[in-house]
Amino acid sequence: MAVPAYATPIERAWYYIFRAICAAVLVFLIAPILVIMPLSFNPEPYFTYPLPGFSLRWYEDFFGSARWLDALKSSVIVAVCTTILATTLGTTAALGLSRANFPARSVVMSILISPMIVPVVITAVGMYFFYADVGLINSYPGLVLAHTALATPFVVIVVTATLMGFDHSLSRAAQGLGAKPMTVFFKVIMPLILPGLISGALFAFVTSFDEVVVVLFIASPEQRTLPKQMFSGIREQISPTITAAATLLILFATIMLTTVELLRRRSERLRGIRN
Amino acid sequence: MVSATVDQGVRTADGVPLKIKLQRAERARKLKAIALVLPLFLFIVITFAVPIGVMLFNAIYDPSIARLMPKTSAVLAEWDGQDLPPEAAFAAVVEDMKQAQIEKTPVAAIGKRLNYEIPGIRSKIIATGRQVAKLEGTGPFKEALIEINPMWGERETWNVIKRSSASYTDFYLLNALDYRYNADNHIQHRPANQAVFQDIFIRTIEISVMVTLATLLLGFPVAYLLATLPPKTSNLLMIMVLLPFWTSLLVRTTAWVVLLQTQGVVNDTLIWLGILDDRVQLIFNRIGTIVAMTHIQLPFTLLPIFSVMKTIPTTHVRAARSLGAGQFYAFWRVYFPQTVPGIAAGCLLTFILSLGYYITPALVGGPKDQMISYFVALYTNREVNWGMASALGAVLLAATLVLYFVYNKLVGVDRMKFG
Repeated sequence: MAVPAYATPIERAWYYIFRAICAAVLVFLIAPILVIMPLSFNPEPYFTYPLPGFSLRWYEDFFGSARWLDALKSSVIVAVCTTILATTLGTTAALGLSRANFPARSVVMSILISPMIVPVVITAVGMYFFYADVGLINSYPGLVLAHTALATPFVVIVVTATLMGFDHSLSRAAQGLGAKPMTVFFKVIMPLILPGLISGALFAFVTSFDEVVVVLFIASPEQRTLPKQMFSGIREQISPTITAAATLLILFATIMLTTVELLRRRSERLRGIRN
Repeated sequence: MVSATVDQGVRTADGVPLKIKLQRAERARKLKAIALVLPLFLFIVITFAVPIGVMLFNAIYDPSIARLMPKTSAVLAEWDGQDLPPEAAFAAVVEDMKQAQIEKTPVAAIGKRLNYEIPGIRSKIIATGRQVAKLEGTGPFKEALIEINPMWGERETWNVIKRSSASYTDFYLLNALDYRYNADNHIQHRPANQAVFQDIFIRTIEISVMVTLATLLLGFPVAYLLATLPPKTSNLLMIMVLLPFWTSLLVRTTAWVVLLQTQGVVNDTLIWLGILDDRVQLIFNRIGTIVAMTHIQLPFTLLPIFSVMKTIPTTHVRAARSLGAGQFYAFWRVYFPQTVPGIAAGCLLTFILSLGYYITPALVGGPKDQMISYFVALYTNREVNWGMASALGAVLLAATLVLYFVYNKLVGVDRMKFG
């Protein structure tokens, strides 16, 4: 979209103003992330530029502290279990939902998606009451179940979207050739929707890995996760170790984003959708 | 007749009419589809819907007085609420409180519950509990109780106990909407100085509207740019939108805390640029809340607008231009109307999600910027007033679900996409 040759001076000026506005918004979006990363290498415990030097002391702090490492471990355990459970349940449901003439599809779908829409505090308070009654509070299983409920909507949405372009005659062909339903899924459907499946799994992982409100309500100090540790860190006094943790998480997000983008392109190629 | 028509139809190899065979196959397929969805459906119901049901139930069910003062509750059930209750009620209070002392159930719990309705009554109840232990004999207790505390001679005290002794109560829900029962048992609006929740709801809506407008204002131009640039450039710029989207919410909030501090980068930059002479407070107030929330919600508004813009053929505007429309006229009359579905989808989603914000306002907002979720958490954890927490949650949930319904009708959950 270049300036056309016939543009009036006002149009020309507007073109550049428009670009400047967009640039400002994009800077607003990315700046917080770019600004916080260098601060984690600050040798002094301040959050100001210019940096007086370069040091890895906050990373040493992070990797040397049992508190942060335990938090990281808890987060990974819960997120991995959540991912497995959410991906299995979500993919199975997406397979059912994408069949033609599924009864009351939109109603069922909106119920399955609702954990994403309902304010997390409401979910957390409800779980706090109910999980206490059934003895799931302050436990890893309770946390995994809660996170799975929050994460499945993402899996359902992503996998359903992938299945939209799936050619169902392929699975019918496999069936016609005598394959059992399980074989059809693992040999025909899964390889084709794998990119979407992995994207959904990554979404589930990130949802759990990032979640803090439910953890604050239903987890004991023993299940202190990374977000919970960061939350209490910001609440009290921001220690620069948080910036180190933040930088590591940004790095993690970048890897996730890249993977999902690559998978999306691959999935579009597999399904024959061309831009 | 039916069999005759079927008989004329085509049959399968095993002699069953094709029509019936087809119906059977269709039904089997439908059942299979349902069987695939059922596990997740049940999972969501048990781990998510039931807990929310429990919360909603807590908003209307509070058996504490009925359990702690069983005799009083029974006597007051017969009382018509006029004048003072009979002597039996006074005797029942004495008996219930003595029983509470014996069973070591704290009288303070009774005081706490009644204190929700009459602020300040808690200490009087506890004092009564202590004095009652010294009362001997079988009564009458009316005079004795009124001597211990004159509130026992007031009709309102008894009315409150009578009302709270019902296990199912509308007290919390009315309270969440700033209504209450007056001394005559009529529902009335709370006086302005006591109506706290109304302010909080208005504030929640205010912040959500401002964040939604800000994301639209900032997101629309960028969505337009991304939709019209060649794919190579737009994919590159898209990373700048998607990276924050994938970055942990706490990381982004931390970043804003660091940036907006009085000694932080934003203040430094503004002073360096000469825009400010003195450092200004940018955090722990409304500015910080709106800025951080806008940053977090921006991709949610931008992406639906972007995907709608992608589907608008560029030929439309070109046609308008060649028919003589100016650049702005063509944009406004031809392009913009086609983006409205995207704007509606994005803004509605952002508005719904903003209503439930808790973490970000809690970390970058001041006491006057806390939204309804904060108070749900506060009443659950610190005040341990679960009825109130649940009632506030119920109001927030109702608002969210109504908007979600509108979103479904307008956009459809199927169309929700990420990235």
